[in-house]
Amino acid sequence: MASMKKLINDPATVVADALRGVAAAHPELRVDHDQRVVFRGDAPVRGKVGLISGGGSGHEPLHAGFVGSGMLDAACAGEIFTSPVPDQMVAATKGVDGGAGVLHIVKNYTGDVMNFEMAAEIVAADSGTEVIAVVTDDDVAVQDSLYTAGRRGVGVTVLVEKIAGAAAEEGQPLAEVAAVARKVNANGRSMGLALTSGTVPAAGRPTFDLPDGEMELGIGIHGEPGRRRVPIANAAEAAEMLVAPILADLDFSGGDGVLAFVNGMGATPLIELYVVFQEVNTLLAKAGVTIARSLVGPYITSLDMAGCSITLLKLDDELLRLWDAPVNTPALRWGA
Amino acid sequence: MADTVDTTALLAWVREFARLIEEHRDLLTELDSAIGDADHGVNLHRGMSAVVAALAEDTPDRPAELFKRTGMTLVSTVGGASGPLYGTAFLRMSAAAGDAETLDGADVAKILRAALDGVVARGKAQAGDKTMYDALAPAVAGLEEAVGNGQPLSHALGIAVRAAEQGREATIPMVARKGRASYLGERSAGHPDPGATSVTLLVVAAAAALA
Repeated sequence: MASMKKLINDPATVVADALRGVAAAHPELRVDHDQRVVFRGDAPVRGKVGLISGGGSGHEPLHAGFVGSGMLDAACAGEIFTSPVPDQMVAATKGVDGGAGVLHIVKNYTGDVMNFEMAAEIVAADSGTEVIAVVTDDDVAVQDSLYTAGRRGVGVTVLVEKIAGAAAEEGQPLAEVAAVARKVNANGRSMGLALTSGTVPAAGRPTFDLPDGEMELGIGIHGEPGRRRVPIANAAEAAEMLVAPILADLDFSGGDGVLAFVNGMGATPLIELYVVFQEVNTLLAKAGVTIARSLVGPYITSLDMAGCSITLLKLDDELLRLWDAPVNTPALRWGA
Repeated sequence: MADTVDTTALLAWVREFARLIEEHRDLLTELDSAIGDADHGVNLHRGMSAVVAALAEDTPDRPAELFKRTGMTLVSTVGGASGPLYGTAFLRMSAAAGDAETLDGADVAKILRAALDGVVARGKAQAGDKTMYDALAPAVAGLEEAVGNGQPLSHALGIAVRAAEQGREATIPMVARKGRASYLGERSAGHPDPGATSVTLLVVAAAAALA
């Protein structure tokens, strides 16, 4: 077994050490190291709907990298690949409540959903803060049925945080911000693949075995099994294996085009993501789907997994305007 | 032993559960690595260790307080899905215990029924989904029936243990429909459910401490 090569001090302190780094690198943010919550420095913003998210660590820049004006007001960091606990979400909710309510953006994983639910119950029991939760579930690799925990929340989560964040920044009320978040989730679909497994520091060995010459199609961001293992393919073939199931799941033609998001899983270099993007561009042109906006880079990762995911979001005037609105966070920044 | 149990006996139950979780930590994690994310034993052990530490600081004076502190500590320290599920179970037991200073057999059955209802409310699991429900539900039903027939608590808890163990074994061929194991589909069959295994230890601990 290959030994683990990581730039860490101690597997037990990775999350705490990284949050200290976030605080040092981004003085505009405020980090609660006890609760492991990263806040906008100016939170709570009076009169603005607060947006919080959170989840297991190991997917950086998701979520703390998206804290800032035009996106999240706070992000809760769990242990690696483990949901945060309700105390953290309660602290985040209270810390961002500017009097207009708080939106919880929750990825559809059993633990995340239950912990956010408990947090919302605790907030409801001891304060007047109104909370609405929106659950993202865009991973077409999972059959959405009574026989699974439902589709996982993956790439679309980044887009929800950006677009709903812009709606909140415009001063829209909580119900409208939640409606926009749900619209993004309803109009977005994703699928990913892994070339190699990531390694959880505390485990010290790769999460799954993937033989040389094979890739896992439909991988989850915690290394959950995908649809199937296939012989390794070139970028054109791989892009088609991801784009075809997405297009089969939702009609992306017409309208105002799509936002095409090619995401790196952590260990795949940007040059390869651009090679994949070009293949996506060709495939969508063939399918009569226009790319109106793009995002390329590692935004929702899985530690040091190699691979990529593709997310398509069907756009309209409202979503385009909110996507283009200024954002100023460590990982996404334009117009600000 | 008399057929009522006081806070001291119930505290012994919680501590025995913590001891059994520690003893079976690696087994639970191994079971979870087959169909989940390999952290069930580690997470529950962290939570129950925190519970034992919290209860050692000052001893609760009523059953409801004991279960409330246990539940709150689990919610705050376990994370994942098992934190909310076990936390909710103990919080519901606390509510069901009310102001009572001692519990008789019917009360023990009542609080475990409340725990089961809490697990269902939180996790939305049904029979056959391959979850902790599949061990806890038959245990509660067995306990209720035995207590209802006038069996002493010690005997009734023995029946509950056997029902939980049978329920745990019955999860082996099941295909998971809840949680992370559900992503595996048919590949989840052939393994006992880690949650059904850990909740069986809760019933085993009750039989050891309350009988």
